[in-house]
Amino acid sequence: MSLTIRYFAAVRERLGAQESVSLADTPARTVGELHHWLLGRSPEHARALDPERGLRTACNQALCDADQALEDGDEVAFFPPVTGG
Amino acid sequence: MATPIVLAPPVSEDLRQALACVRVSPEDFDLGAEVAALRAGDAQVGAVVSFVGTVREWSPDPAAVMTLEHYPGMTERSLAELIVQARQRFDVRGVRVVHRVGPLAVTDQIVLVAVSSAHRQQAFDCAAFLMDWLKTQAPFWKKEAAQGESRWVEARDSDGQAAARWQAGSEAGSTAGGRP
Repeated sequence: MSLTIRYFAAVRERLGAQESVSLADTPARTVGELHHWLLGRSPEHARALDPERGLRTACNQALCDADQALEDGDEVAFFPPVTGG
Repeated sequence: MATPIVLAPPVSEDLRQALACVRVSPEDFDLGAEVAALRAGDAQVGAVVSFVGTVREWSPDPAAVMTLEHYPGMTERSLAELIVQARQRFDVRGVRVVHRVGPLAVTDQIVLVAVSSAHRQQAFDCAAFLMDWLKTQAPFWKKEAAQGESRWVEARDSDGQAAARWQAGSEAGSTAGGRP
């Protein structure tokens, strides 16, 4: 098992729709720590996930804060502020 | 039509019922048919309020396209959760939320919110609440393409302010309802 990380909109265009991260490969145990860890994966990650962009996060399809704890099998998503309606 | 959406648990019975009031798909919708379905067989309905959002012209390019991306599963869940909240907050009979995704042209319909209730104020308020929260909570993203260029639409502060007026303790958007 591992984390499924999903990206949408402008973030998806830079990083692809999703990637998989094993909890064994990252010290991150919260969504905020995972965000920080992903920033170091590549320059493209650093650009796409720039905290200055006001990204929103979701865990298992519910909006969440940075302190949301991670569990094996979680689906974590990063995306820009929503613009539907 | 839309494929069945499997929601991440937990899924309460309220949420399951609300999910049946939601449709997210590329298909266009018929306001008259949706409202007729909402009213059908319910003699307690005395008011129906509907809102339709459409693609406004933003470029002189006749081939301009607005593409709506969404997060399948989470989108339906977030809309259903909004309906559950709305039902707790307003005394309404039926609720319907339809949101299109994929490429849309100028003047196309994007979103429908329709609410039926015994008396009008609850339906007006519930529809406004649903739209205000949909715009800030439901995972949809608009991308505009025209004249060979494309850009993601930026979230607007005014949408956040519109949603905030419904927050607990703020009665600005909640004109005491229940009056005929």
